[in-house]
Amino acid sequence: MNNTVISVHNLVKKFGSFTANDNLSFEVYAGEIFGFLGANGAGKTTTIRILSGLSIPTSGEVNVAGFDAYSQTEQIKKNIGYMCQKFSLYEDLTVKENIILYGGIYGMSKSLIRERLIELLAKLRFQEYENRMISDLPPGLRQKLAFSVAVLHEPKIVFLDEPTGGVDPITRRQFWESIYETASRGITLFVTTHYMDEAEYCDRISIMNDGKIVALDTPERLKKQYNATSVEEVFIKIARPV
Amino acid sequence: MKRFLGFVKKEFLHIFRDYRTLFILFGIPVAQILIFGFAVSNDIRNAGVAILDLSHDEITLKLTDKIISSGFFKKTETLLNYKDIDRVFKKGKTKAVIIFENDFGKKLISEGKASLSIIADGSEPNTATLVTNYTTAIVNDFTTELAGPVLNNSIRISPDVKMFYNPNLKSHFMFVPGVVTLILILISALMTSVTITREKEFGTMEVLLVSPLRPIQIILGKVMPYFILSFINVLLILALSWLVFDLPVKGSLILLLAECMLYILMSLSLGILISTVSGNMQQAIFISLIGLMLPTVLLSGFIFPIENMPKIYDYVSSILPPRYFIVIIKNIMIKGTGLMYIWKETLILIIMTLVFIGLSVRKFKIRLE
Repeated sequence: MNNTVISVHNLVKKFGSFTANDNLSFEVYAGEIFGFLGANGAGKTTTIRILSGLSIPTSGEVNVAGFDAYSQTEQIKKNIGYMCQKFSLYEDLTVKENIILYGGIYGMSKSLIRERLIELLAKLRFQEYENRMISDLPPGLRQKLAFSVAVLHEPKIVFLDEPTGGVDPITRRQFWESIYETASRGITLFVTTHYMDEAEYCDRISIMNDGKIVALDTPERLKKQYNATSVEEVFIKIARPV
Repeated sequence: MKRFLGFVKKEFLHIFRDYRTLFILFGIPVAQILIFGFAVSNDIRNAGVAILDLSHDEITLKLTDKIISSGFFKKTETLLNYKDIDRVFKKGKTKAVIIFENDFGKKLISEGKASLSIIADGSEPNTATLVTNYTTAIVNDFTTELAGPVLNNSIRISPDVKMFYNPNLKSHFMFVPGVVTLILILISALMTSVTITREKEFGTMEVLLVSPLRPIQIILGKVMPYFILSFINVLLILALSWLVFDLPVKGSLILLLAECMLYILMSLSLGILISTVSGNMQQAIFISLIGLMLPTVLLSGFIFPIENMPKIYDYVSSILPPRYFIVIIKNIMIKGTGLMYIWKETLILIIMTLVFIGLSVRKFKIRLE
């Protein structure tokens, strides 16, 4: 059952004399929702960049979706999806055009894109928006669409970098429903967030501090271990050491 | 390749959706050509002159006739005495009064010199200078014609360099090459730097970089549409200057178009470089406009001749690509010379292009790290 899709051993990333990632080791399994937490500047972004093939590690073993992060970044890129806190669709293109563009970038065939487009519009009850500009859509819909586009090519892993920043609670709730739905299809979700209630929804969470992973387990066990009632309490206890 | 084409198509969509971009791309070049060609004209045509001929002999009549029939001037009045000068200027139609002294013809033959005054309407300084320059040139021409080199006259001539290759003294012969130079670098560099920084600012660049598109494909995909559109612009400007101003391309059209492509390529790589150093669109626009437009207008030799500048500006201008392109395009369009005479400038542009591309790639890689 426990199929490893990301495995990291002793990952170090240095920028000059500054160590952004200090000897990280962890594994992420297929179909898992993995919460990647940490204060600002803890080194999360650096790790995500390495895992998504944008940046080469200084040392350590990193394997993503079965490919090596030093030599096979091209292969990695084909097998992952990405959605960041900044909005990632083109506002001056229509819903359909955005989908065709991203489908094309990921090398999907025209007929496959067409098929997914219809499927997607039906699922999101989006049919009437097909030819509308993204800039005409309310933020909640854009967010959903951006996520659907990130998983359009059925990647093995999707990286969500603070996907719910600046979104209202109802939309966040709906957004997490689609995350669960995606995970149930066997796609792994690697999520960073600053909302601690969202961290509770994850299967497992890791907490980073000062370039190191200081905790990694299910939310339940972490709460027990740190004698806390919520992940937020755990986070504050760990991320701000006395 | 299919990925790449889809990406290029998206870039075209951006351009065609945005009317402002379209306007900048095609409206401004057309407007510039027309403005420079018609409004900012250095030509005079049918400028009014009045003649005050106190001598009234054969020679003064001939000279008057030569001036009037040159096509640049139109006689408004024949004056009888000095008092009339004030009156005729006040009417406004007369831009200059030409005065022949008493016994002009006799003096010219017996003493070898005679004097003639040109009084121009100084309320229009630009026209005044032109009118006096044109008149002295015609007078000079007349004296050499009349007496040959034996008869040295007292009339001073300021020879105008631009007349050499521009015998009709048409100023749009000078402006079209300048406008092409200015517009291409401005549009290519400005548009590319803005479109790339826009992706950075909106966060879509991040998504593109994480995608299987290679960085080089992203950059090429963003630049390609502008290359095509800039080239269409060149054709548009050339067609316009031919149809409206009767300005043909004297040299090889193929060579001219090839040089234009090189210059567009250079401008695009400069635009990419600008985008790597600017954090947002405002910065990119600012650098492109202030950093490129002003030096191109002032220092490239477009309006002010480099030879007349202090040495220091000469050095500054030698790092400006437009300086070399202006030489190239003037040579091909107006003098009709071939590659033989402009290979040096061409080589400099090629080297500049390579340097800009090299620097951009390095900057881009550092950013990815």
